[in-house]
Formats: sequence, structure tokens, C-alpha cells
Amino acid sequence: MILLVTDQDGVEHRLEALEGWRAMEVMRDWGMNIRAECGGACACATCHVFVDPEWMDKLIPASDEEEAMLDTVADTRKNSRLSCQILMRDELDGLKLELAPSSAK
Amino acid sequence: MSETHITTDVVIIGAGPVGLFAVFELGLLDLKCHLIDILDRPGGQCAELYPEKPIYDIPGFPVISGQELTDNLMKQIEPFGPTFHYNRMINKVKNLDEGGFEVIDDEGQVYRCKVVVVAAGGGSFQPKRPPVPGIEAFEEKSVFYSVRRMEEFKDQDVVIVGGGDSALDWVLSLQPLARSMTLVHRRDNFRAAPASVNEMKELVDAGKMKLILGQIGELTGEEGMLSSMTIKTADEPINIPVTRLLPFFGLTMKLGPVADWGLDLQDNLISVDTEKFETSVPGIFAIGDINTYPGKLKLILSGFHEAALMSQAAKKIIAPEERVIFQYTTSSTKLQKKLGVK
Repeated sequence: MILLVTDQDGVEHRLEALEGWRAMEVMRDWGMNIRAECGGACACATCHVFVDPEWMDKLIPASDEEEAMLDTVADTRKNSRLSCQILMRDELDGLKLELAPSSAK
Repeated sequence: MSETHITTDVVIIGAGPVGLFAVFELGLLDLKCHLIDILDRPGGQCAELYPEKPIYDIPGFPVISGQELTDNLMKQIEPFGPTFHYNRMINKVKNLDEGGFEVIDDEGQVYRCKVVVVAAGGGSFQPKRPPVPGIEAFEEKSVFYSVRRMEEFKDQDVVIVGGGDSALDWVLSLQPLARSMTLVHRRDNFRAAPASVNEMKELVDAGKMKLILGQIGELTGEEGMLSSMTIKTADEPINIPVTRLLPFFGLTMKLGPVADWGLDLQDNLISVDTEKFETSVPGIFAIGDINTYPGKLKLILSGFHEAALMSQAAKKIIAPEERVIFQYTTSSTKLQKKLGVK
């Protein structure tokens, strides 16, 4: 299973992902520039990503809690999500994400 | 600036769960502690980030919330009478010629101690700065992350950004004295108290303030004083006049001044040994999420273990001549006396 990530410098990475892992965990494990301060508790918004528009519909919509955390980020766009709330599964093989500036360490 | 300094055995920087438990372990060895924290209450991340969220991996507690854990630890360390200093950040740690350390906080208070324990987790909590180019130049002049003096906003074109209680509360407090008031938020949904949201919407309907759905775009101004800014919206960007900007995006953690104390760091974490959890500077220890060593896991329970071992080493520094007998709280009447149960 593959996760395609564009980092804050515009460099593209092809990351091997595992089913059941959070996209945040995959990126952190591969050493991407992601703070993920709270460790996946949907409590900090430092794993903010922009989802490739073509993939937006395949994701489970954000919960109220996730939207509330996204309120604490100054660089959100329409396709903003928290990557700790995206669980990797077969349908998301090849998912394309871009790390937001606000997630940088 | 305080004239007198505080003298104690140990200064603990950070009053999160690990800093709190260190008071217990040090207390059993008769060492007195002062704790300093940038927040206004104990608990660190447990209190600030997830007070209501359940934690499942504290030994002996199948489930406990961040706030409950903090409350329990506060109760557990009560017998040792630690002193807390909140809303303060440590700026400097200096070695003293006669041994020990001088620790200075951002209010100028000086603490003299024999051992320093850094238990600062992810660093100090600071307001999130929006990633807007050039915003630094306006900070503390026309961009503020908190309101200290309301007069600062009188007859100004105020723009507040955010959708939480801080944003809404200050919209309502500052709107009567501002020349103009604009609230900017990314969506038409607020996590602030519903009464405040209704009050804000009434002001908008009455034409007394504006609500714009969007995000901060570019800032324009000279010598630190803002004059206008753009707001990125779903349609075209909007340009509005602004002389005071208040972004309220919550808090984030930064390593902060710790980086300048001459401690060996690795990826913004403090390197320690795994026998004493001592840093590269003898007498300064680092425990909990802020330290690193081979195999480190950022777990509260690991921090507790580190606190226990650190305390043994701290005791040897503070009272080298004293022979420490290892005892259990279950059986030692001496320890039970210290805990106030005998």
C-alpha cells in the first residue's frame, strides 16, 4: 500500500504504508517533517495536510472534533484534513497528500 | 524584578505528570522542590491538550482522563509540600562557582538549587503563530496573541481571527471601544459558547461589526504598524483596513530557551544516559517527553520510571555523605511518616 506525500519543500515521497496505520503515523515513521504533537489524539492540529482533490470523496468526512481542531490552524484550505484521522485501508492505496506549512517541526 | 532569591534542593521545570511524580520520588528522599510552569495550572499536556480524553496505559488504571491523572498526582505529592510557580518560563540556567545552579525565570525571579530537573515535555506552550510571511515584524506592535491592555485597542480597526472562546470573548469585549471590528473565521461554525456566538451574530446583523469567512492572507504596513490586510475567502480575496490584529489559534509547544543552556541535544530533544537520566551537564537531569536515549518511548509511564532513577542520582549529588537505604512505601514506617499516613 502506497502513500504519496508532497512535503513543505515541494519534494514528492512515495511511502510504503500499512493497513490500519494513520496517515500521520506513516509519515512520521518515514521521517517526514511533521510535528504530530499530540500523537494522534485529534488534540493539536500539527499533522495538518491538504488532500489531493481527487481523493477527498474517498475519505470518511471529518468529525466535528476534527473540524474544531482545524479551526486552530491558520493555513487551512477546502481540502484540509488532519492526517491522524485518516486510517489507511485498501481503498486509499495511492492516496495523495501535501504536508501543510503549519505541520512543520 | 525580585530582590530575593529562592533557595531549594531541586528546581523542576515543567509541572506535567512526570514533573509532578518527580516531586514524589524526590520527596521520599527528603528533597524539597520548586516547580515552574508556563501554564496557569498543573498537568502540562494532560491538562492543556486532552483533559477529558481517556488514557489507557497508566499502570493500575484501566482508564483515566488527563485531568483525573493530574488531580491524583497533585494529591499524591501533597505531603511533600512542593511550591508551584505558574505562568512563568525559565530563561536561564547558570552553573554557580560554589556548585549548584542559579535558575532565572522570565519575571526575573532567581532560584538557587543543587539540582535542576527538566521535565518540560514538548517544550513551553506558546501561542500559535499563523504561517504568514513577515508577521514577526508586526508582533507586539500591532499584532498581539493576547490582550493585556484594552486601551491598546481603543479607536482601532481591530481584526480578530479564530472561532473559539478567546476569539469570541474578545470580539464582544473590544467591539464597543474599537473603531471597527471584524471577525475572521474559516467556516460558519464556532466552537465557542453558543451565547457568545449569538451575541456576535446580533452585532453583525445590527451592522456594528463584520464577520468574514476566510483565512489571513497578506499583511501590509510600515515599521510594525499594520494598515491593511487581505483575507483569503472562497471567492476573491478581500482587502480590509486593520490597525490591530489578534490571531487566536490556540497553543503549540516550542523548545524555547532550553536550547541555549549548553545541553547536548538531538533533534530538539535532550540527550541523557539511562542510568541517571542526567544531561551532558552534571546536576541537570531531563525526564519525560523532552529527553532522548536509545529505545526511548514517549510514554507517561516511562517518565515515571525516569523520575525514580533520577531521584536516586539527585540525592547522591545533594547529600553525598548520606547512605541511602532503598525502602518500600508498603513496609517502611519511615517512608509512611513522610507520606503522613503513620
